[in-house]
Amino acid sequence: MTELTSNATEEKLVQELGYDDHFHEHHDGDKFQSNFITTYVFSLDHKVIARQFLITGIFWAFIAGLMSLVFRLQLGFPEEDMAWLRPFLGKWVTLSEEGVGAISPEFYYAMVTMHGTILVFFVLTAGLSGTFSNLLIPLQLGARDMASPLLNMLSYWFFFLGGLIMFLSLFLSTGPFSGGWTAYPPLSILPQASSGSGAGMTMWSLSLVMFVVSVLLGGINYISTILNLRTKGMTLWRMPLTIWTFFITAIVGLLSFPVLASAVFLVFFDRSLGTSFFLNEINIGGEALAQSGGSPILFQHLFWFLGHPEVYIIILPAMGMVSEVLSVNSRKPIFGYKAMVFSVVAIAFLSFIVWAHHMFMSGVNPFISNFFVVFTLIIAVPSAVKVFNWIATLYKGNVRLNAASMFSIGFVSMFISGGLTGIFLGNSAIDIQMHDTYFVVAHFHIVMGVAAFFGMFAGIYHWYPKMFGRHMNKLLGNIHFWGTMISAYAVFWPMHYLGIAGVPRRYYSFDVFQTFDHFDDMNKFITIAAFAVFLFQLVFVLNFFYSIWFGKKQTKKNPYGATTLEWTTPIEAIHGNWPGKIPTVQRWAYDYSKDGTDYLPQHLPKQDFESDEVH
Amino acid sequence: MVLVIVILCLVVLGIILVQIGKISELAGSIRGEEDVERQGNSTQSKLMLLFLPLFLIGCIASGLYYKNYMLGYGPHESASEHGLALDSIFHTTFVVTGVVFLLTQIALFYFAWKYKFDRKKRASFISHDNTLEIVWTAIPAITMAFLVINGLVAWNEVMADVDEGEEVMEIEAMGQQFAWLLRYPGADGKLGERDYRAISSTNPFGQVWEDRANLDDFHPSEIVLPVGKKVRVRITAKDVLHNFDIPHFRVKMDAVPGMPTYFVFTPTITTEEYRQRLKEYPEYHELEDPTDPAGPKMWEAFDYELACAELCGKGHYSMRRVVKIVEEEEYLAWLEKQNAHYTSQIKGKEGLDPYYSASIVKEETQALVTETENEKHSEDHSH
Repeated sequence: MTELTSNATEEKLVQELGYDDHFHEHHDGDKFQSNFITTYVFSLDHKVIARQFLITGIFWAFIAGLMSLVFRLQLGFPEEDMAWLRPFLGKWVTLSEEGVGAISPEFYYAMVTMHGTILVFFVLTAGLSGTFSNLLIPLQLGARDMASPLLNMLSYWFFFLGGLIMFLSLFLSTGPFSGGWTAYPPLSILPQASSGSGAGMTMWSLSLVMFVVSVLLGGINYISTILNLRTKGMTLWRMPLTIWTFFITAIVGLLSFPVLASAVFLVFFDRSLGTSFFLNEINIGGEALAQSGGSPILFQHLFWFLGHPEVYIIILPAMGMVSEVLSVNSRKPIFGYKAMVFSVVAIAFLSFIVWAHHMFMSGVNPFISNFFVVFTLIIAVPSAVKVFNWIATLYKGNVRLNAASMFSIGFVSMFISGGLTGIFLGNSAIDIQMHDTYFVVAHFHIVMGVAAFFGMFAGIYHWYPKMFGRHMNKLLGNIHFWGTMISAYAVFWPMHYLGIAGVPRRYYSFDVFQTFDHFDDMNKFITIAAFAVFLFQLVFVLNFFYSIWFGKKQTKKNPYGATTLEWTTPIEAIHGNWPGKIPTVQRWAYDYSKDGTDYLPQHLPKQDFESDEVH
Repeated sequence: MVLVIVILCLVVLGIILVQIGKISELAGSIRGEEDVERQGNSTQSKLMLLFLPLFLIGCIASGLYYKNYMLGYGPHESASEHGLALDSIFHTTFVVTGVVFLLTQIALFYFAWKYKFDRKKRASFISHDNTLEIVWTAIPAITMAFLVINGLVAWNEVMADVDEGEEVMEIEAMGQQFAWLLRYPGADGKLGERDYRAISSTNPFGQVWEDRANLDDFHPSEIVLPVGKKVRVRITAKDVLHNFDIPHFRVKMDAVPGMPTYFVFTPTITTEEYRQRLKEYPEYHELEDPTDPAGPKMWEAFDYELACAELCGKGHYSMRRVVKIVEEEEYLAWLEKQNAHYTSQIKGKEGLDPYYSASIVKEETQALVTETENEKHSEDHSH
């Protein structure tokens, strides 16, 4: 049976059954990758763009991680002297008369805000979905490239531009925007209310508009590629789950991100043109504003109409990759393939009608909340199905434990822990107590922060050979996994207790209140754990960059024995992905351990010995 | 200097890690791929099995350790009537999710260990199982329905406004950067009208003095409420969003400029009773201020607190007001001591007092104030 999956046979299959689209018959040579600039900077190749997204994402994750350390220092060690940070942070570390340095509240809030904005948008949207949608959609579908390589390139450069603007805003003398990543007005509109709401907010808005453009250009491309450029035989029901999740994610992004742009534009009108969409009866700085008659709550509706789908934009691609990695490494088909697809579709649909569960306590009519509670808790059902399916995929498998599969298992663990706390928060009655406490912080960090990162790491370790032709170091990968798993739980688990004790989030200091002041030890512990998480990520960064040049070379075309098409491309990546014909697809993506074989690749026609199997 | 050393240490650590990684790869290539793979899988699967109990025990033990600080547990039974219902839903949800948490985490890590890779084995080709999938779709669906129904019944009761004609005390809390301002209705039981344009340093709420309901309104520096009486808090904001949050009462609601919101609740435990409850627990026998050995213990110093729970700017963390729940008599005695803002700050001041110039109106106000004071007295007597 092994001859079925040897490299030579696979190659022969591509040649015999492949589809010839005459791609390589340029008579004038390849004009698209002729010099350094077009190959590595303004590249049109989806594989290069994927790496651009990834490395930019890693850069931003590093920055946002450092920011979290700064505000964790304040929370864990509020009494310590922070004067040593002055060389880096300058005036944001204020000195008392005795020369004891303290992080200023403005800066603390700016760090919290930037940490959220950067991780949600730049890292977990662009860095995660941007990277892997770009890398895998053409490769797994059997396409030469994206439907529009040009828009694809622009998508990256708009993201870059948005990032650049955000980065520059960090150096403003009034500080970057500091009103929380949700940017609720009136705080975000009035520079009188917060110094970060001046130029900082202007740049924040501009940056996000650029980002929305990037997401839309990318999303249109992913959708049209998936719908139009699948190779022969690749029906929708034969697509790997990765592609399904990228597809649904792109649709969700396309429908929701424009709403964020519109909200940001209205904020801009209120700030600069004297309109009052979000301003009503405000008296600030001893002055009653002339702008009145709007509703600050309207902004929250618009924001969360994006904001909620956004968390699924973040988590769905991670789910897809985890499904794929778990299946490959368990040597078993993903359990309940169709149920997985349907639950992704259900989650995506429901994500559009639950936004106001972020607003139970915001002053909207309590009656409205009834609907949002019902829809929100319905999401628990497809989510639970997915969890059960992942666990069932491991059951009676032959599980290879490498960094990729362990991060996938870690993902499932995190998704369970964080998902279950969502059942508390989605129930408006419990949300009365939990809203805007550390319980919420724990919930979303575990379920869409850490879990999404775990999905991303699983993807990076798994597809690293496809990106760089080398493997990442296994030992460092294992250290990275266990270190992150333990320290991430150590950071976020105790926050549940803070939340249940009523401690509000976004507090610069807990000294003012007796009720919130019992947890000095816990806050120290969390800060130390946060530093540990950061150090373990440095192990990853080291491994990542070291392996690009010095990692173990990929010797086998299909190192994991995977069924999907990306492993039929040559080790040395080329423009157009396949040197000759494009493979055609004969079966679904999950024929692992079927009828005594190890795996049957997607481009292998049905064999005589195979049983009929309905998936 | 310390920083340079730290950075150097990190660099050295990095180099060491890379070397270790390299050596492990070299050793692997000597031992052969299969051997390395087998051993790697065996080690990692053992770690999975080891992680599982440590993780679960860590979760449970830390939870028990902090139990008596958490609202709804130990001494922290809700101090308001509606809070008890909310706590009970929390507990139910906790039990349900706790069971699911344990079962799924155990299955996950146990399978990762149990089915570790073995070159001689083959995985079972199980692609799906309709019966099983229907069952595990239905169970969460039913459980969710149960939780939703419980939750919504409580939610609609808690959030309901007071009925027309129902006797209820109404007070106002206005959030501003960075303090809560409080307003009580005075003897007439009515909060007077406000205009955000009239807000000034002498008139922090922007009360419209032409509305006579304003004349006896007073602005205390802490919330004092009689135990067992229903109170409706009118929640407003002067500048940006705030959130009226009293954790011990399970009370939380955004304050929105230009759109008054409300929260209706009945405090059931006086501050003193709550202190006595805390006294039962050793956690609250520590010093409130560890640097001051002569100072009060935590249970003695306890007070209910009003906080802000919606980011409102750089002083968001400091909007503290004490909330005192007292017996009826104590409340009345306290009321007695409060002065109407109008009488103490506005009355008789040229330019501030609209009744100042017109002497006729002035007399009228005089009469009015006496009248309301009389009313107050007669009300006191009736108690």
